[in-house]
Amino acid sequence: MRKQLAAGPYLIWMIGFTVIPLILIVYYGLTDTTGAFTLNNIMAIAEPQRMAALIRSLQLSLICTVICLFLAYPLAMILKNLSRGGKSGLMIFIFILPMWMNFLLRTMAWQVILSRNGLLNTFLNSIGLPSVNLINTNAAIVFGMVYNYLPFMVLPLYNVLVKISNDTIEAAHDLGASWLQTFFRVILPLSVPGIISGITMVFVPALTTFVISDILGGGLILLIGNVIEQEFTFTANWHLGSGLSLILMIFILFSMFLIAKYDKEGNGTAF
Amino acid sequence: MKKVLSLTLTLALSASFLEGCGGSSAGGSESGSADKQEAGSNGVVKVFNWGEYIDEDVIDLFEEETGIEVIYDMFDTNEEMYPIIEAGGVAYDAICPSDYMIEKMISNGLLQEINFDNIPNMKYLSSTIMEGSKAFDPENKYSVPYTYGTLGIVYNTTMVDDPVDSWNILWNEKYAKDILMYNSVRDAFVAPLRLLDADINCTDDATLRQAADMLIAEKPLVQSYVMDQIKDLMISGSAAMAMCYSGEILAMQEENEDLAYAVPKEGSNFFIDSWVIPANAENKENAEAWINFLNRPDIALKNFEYITYSTPNTGAQELIDEELKSNPAVFPDEEILSKCNIFHTLGTEGDAKLNDLWLEIKGAAVN
Repeated sequence: MRKQLAAGPYLIWMIGFTVIPLILIVYYGLTDTTGAFTLNNIMAIAEPQRMAALIRSLQLSLICTVICLFLAYPLAMILKNLSRGGKSGLMIFIFILPMWMNFLLRTMAWQVILSRNGLLNTFLNSIGLPSVNLINTNAAIVFGMVYNYLPFMVLPLYNVLVKISNDTIEAAHDLGASWLQTFFRVILPLSVPGIISGITMVFVPALTTFVISDILGGGLILLIGNVIEQEFTFTANWHLGSGLSLILMIFILFSMFLIAKYDKEGNGTAF
Repeated sequence: MKKVLSLTLTLALSASFLEGCGGSSAGGSESGSADKQEAGSNGVVKVFNWGEYIDEDVIDLFEEETGIEVIYDMFDTNEEMYPIIEAGGVAYDAICPSDYMIEKMISNGLLQEINFDNIPNMKYLSSTIMEGSKAFDPENKYSVPYTYGTLGIVYNTTMVDDPVDSWNILWNEKYAKDILMYNSVRDAFVAPLRLLDADINCTDDATLRQAADMLIAEKPLVQSYVMDQIKDLMISGSAAMAMCYSGEILAMQEENEDLAYAVPKEGSNFFIDSWVIPANAENKENAEAWINFLNRPDIALKNFEYITYSTPNTGAQELIDEELKSNPAVFPDEEILSKCNIFHTLGTEGDAKLNDLWLEIKGAAVN
């Protein structure tokens, strides 16, 4: 009984700030301005401009997720090996440190670095190389996404890898498995929950971002997040905005389903 | 780099915090000396104004001279201010919204007529601006203009060698990737609509289609669609020209003297922010005293020097430095001004049309 009471504050929080807002979004998404039921807000995604923005978002967030995975896995392995000697604490600390700074500030810093007269080009020119035009391109957006979301890939991976007992790995070696075989047949399968959790934790925010595309894409590249933002801030059409948000929620629900399927013990969650 | 950034921001934040405190605690703080009026002895006036939109010394001066205590609150957008007034929970006495919002407030009966007998300083107000005000306050009964400005082009004279006098220059391939556009539909559409000689409040499908096609054609030349960053990008010389509201120009020119401003000859958008008195005001006469005080030439000048938005007060205009008088950001050419128009609300349908076109423009391929 006491335990249930202690959960009270959280329950109120969750109902007030998660459940009710979700119900509101569903309500707005499925009604028109007169309050009548309609599917038009959801079907609006099929219009060419919005569909193009959704596909562009899917492409960029997919690229971002793949890059994050390939950067994060080796790093998580290194962290795991360091943790054997108890040296991983500092590494993780350094890795998480940037996350203490505001997300907007970090992204704006990249704007300064990548801009045409920015630090990167100044540096390239000073060593005699030509300037590169990165700012306001798809590449810059992917770059910003990877930079911001990489920790969300590393931490779940690290969490599952660190739990794989060294005995398991040594047993594989004892039984004659090469290093590659050990990796592909022991470590990789055991780390699937972390991979799935990392993928969803990177893919979902990357898919829905509108700030990164505004700051590093110069407003030239329209993502689905920008489309929804515009519905709320300019036309004040909450119904259409909510309807489009519901489409994105499908992707989120799908990833939650994946986590539930592969991560039954909750090993892969980041924190 | 990040450290420097965060440090500057911390400083800026704490500075604005301190300033905010100064504003809200202004009431009665300097009422000590004998010949000055005790603030509050003649009642209060509740003022609701934009942030950073007054020289705060002016508030103290007003309290000293009139003995009316000022309760000063600030808002960031017209849209944020409107529901507060509509709900009527706080009865403000004087508010300073923009043109289209005043139009909406008048039509919804939220304002009351001003008694101009209490505002003798009305004689200083520019007749051109009073004429312009009629677009949203047809009989000049509800509003007293406070500031005005135009939408034009700010350009870097070291990077642009063609004369900047037309919106056409935003389509000049010589400046490819050196042009900044406002990341807001209404502002961005002003340029093509005026080139087509159409009204900036136009909702005609064919005209809007044509304007949108022009913006799509312009897109490969655009470096970015931005809002506030225009200031930084222009000051640092990262772009050659940008759409810009005139009120920002003086501050930008202080940082980079190569910047110049022009209002295109085809005409543009101009805005007027005016003082109005809400229908539920409890201290109407004090509000009129406040508005009258702000229109005393020396006070209007003091305010202008602080906020750098053009003042419609001819008394203050005469006192302004000669050098600034020739700056089109401060005093736009009257002939061009006559081709400028204020924004009206387009209604849900109009907004939706523009929004769809904007999605198409923003979604168009860059190359």
